[in-house]
Amino acid sequence: MVIGAGECGGRAALALRDLGFEGPVTLVGDEPHLPYERPPLSKEAMTGEAPAIKAIATDALFAERAIRHIHSVRAVAIDRAAHVVQLSDGSSLPYEKLLLATGSVPRKLPMPGLGGRCVYLRTFNDALAIRAHLSAGNRVAIIGGGFIGLELAAAARKLGAAVTVIEAQPRILMRGVPAEIAEIIHKAHEAEGVAIRTGQGIAAIDDDGKEVGITLADGQRVVADLAVIGIGAVPVTALAAEAGLAIDNGIAVDEQLRTADPDIFAAGDCCSFPLAVYGGRRVRLEAWRNAQEQGALAAKNILGGEEVHAAVPWFWSDQYGLTLQIAGLSDEGRSIVRRDLDDGAFILFHLAEDGRLVAASGIGPGNAVARDIRLAEMLIAKRASPAPEALGSQAVKLKSLLAA
Amino acid sequence: MSDWVEACAAGDIDEEDVMRFDHAGRTFAIYRSPDDEYFATDGLCTHEKVHLADGLVMDDIIECPKHNGRFNYKTGDARGAPVCVSLRTYPVKVNAGKVLVQVG
Ligand SMILES: Cc1cc2nc3c(=O)[nH]c(=O)nc-3n(C[C@H](O)[C@H](O)[C@H](O)COP(=O)(O)OP(=O)(O)OC[C@H]3O[C@@H](n4cnc5c(N)ncnc54)[C@H](O)[C@@H]3O)c2cc1C
Ligand code: FES
Repeated sequence: MVIGAGECGGRAALALRDLGFEGPVTLVGDEPHLPYERPPLSKEAMTGEAPAIKAIATDALFAERAIRHIHSVRAVAIDRAAHVVQLSDGSSLPYEKLLLATGSVPRKLPMPGLGGRCVYLRTFNDALAIRAHLSAGNRVAIIGGGFIGLELAAAARKLGAAVTVIEAQPRILMRGVPAEIAEIIHKAHEAEGVAIRTGQGIAAIDDDGKEVGITLADGQRVVADLAVIGIGAVPVTALAAEAGLAIDNGIAVDEQLRTADPDIFAAGDCCSFPLAVYGGRRVRLEAWRNAQEQGALAAKNILGGEEVHAAVPWFWSDQYGLTLQIAGLSDEGRSIVRRDLDDGAFILFHLAEDGRLVAASGIGPGNAVARDIRLAEMLIAKRASPAPEALGSQAVKLKSLLAA
Repeated sequence: MSDWVEACAAGDIDEEDVMRFDHAGRTFAIYRSPDDEYFATDGLCTHEKVHLADGLVMDDIIECPKHNGRFNYKTGDARGAPVCVSLRTYPVKVNAGKVLVQVG
């Protein structure tokens, strides 16, 4: 049984069947939809007339694979001794093995004054509600200069809305993105007419349900028809915590995605796990490919496998015509080597003290950095220490370093 | 039967690499395998219509540059999330140093 019908839970249910499991598979989710992809929700896909949900499976596929999808129902309690999950509709379901794929939810802005025009973005329904306000002439304030906020700013500009981004930190994308790349993105937004206020805490918010007034720390006011708050996400752990499972910035699992209960696993945005490629450093990722990979891995290990999560974290973001891709965690690096590619694209390679390649961050138009980031990811997985001169020279093919 | 069209010179593509080829309003991806054979598929990923030619070729796999969806370029088969729809493949032959694709 899988709790949470998102990217991770959906992939896990399908993977159980791909791996030949023939017992019953139940996928319980509190959203009314089939499992769907969240990344398009903040991107250009939302700018169309009638944005469509991008489901990762159809009812027909679930029927064909004998996966029972229970939607619009929450799991409210786990009785580990009895191996039973209580659902919000009053029913209960027994399980042999349980996968928690409950994901994460937007971090709440801890301030008074928030009303109906202060919203968050996580679900398709959130996205539709936001979309209704993104028209020419409307004013949108984005609180938080992270990926979701910035992507949404780009989408809002495309629809002609006036956009202000408010970020408390000295620059946008402080977390996980090198300054050199954040600057490119900052400039792209300014060139498209977005006002960015960095280093600005919020002193007060007043929201009368029609308009939001935001008073910044320096006394300036930003008035908007809609404020979207994007200040990070927190893992959904209450269900696990109440069942007595350990929580450590997420549901704590080992490198095989097992909790301390041999019959309960956790995967995706909701869990923290030791990352093999960095010597077992405990991390929690909020990334789409990780949710897929961990869903598939959890399915394997639920069926008796003992495979370790060995993947290198990978993330992308699209804003205007630019795509950013990051492989690895750049805060593991101590020095940076830059490799310039065609069309203004470039990649920063992050090297550890001992010269090991630990991360690569790239930005450029379209998919200009994709191939080299993918090769860098393989080098990181191999724990390679390529010569900095080779990394820095476009003339040296990264593929050749991989063979070395 | 439709025509064979010239896509490129055999030497234009490195071994274990891919090139984009546009013809009559359609886009294709032409591959040269590590064992020096040539193949052709639709040029766009079945997930979000991204040009596969920006992706990475490894053995007989092309990996989409956008979200790392994988296809076997020899058969067109989708090989794992997020792609589930396979690519169409096209016959290829090499003649006098030219790579020809039957685009029908
Ligand atoms: C707007 C947006 C844009 C994004 N863009 C990118 C991007 O460009 N690149 C990238 O790498 N990642 C991106 N992400 C992150 C990516 O979407 C997530 O990492 C991924 O969705 C995580 O999958 P998950 O299944 O772990 O969690 P989720 O997708 O959150 O799914 C969890 C599901 O479980 C349900 N649930 C929770 N508790 C219960 C319960 N008790 N009972 C029943 N159901 C429950 C939730 O309602 C939810 O439907 C983006 C996310 C958002 C929101
Ligand atoms: S566009 Fe190819 S995998 Fe998504």
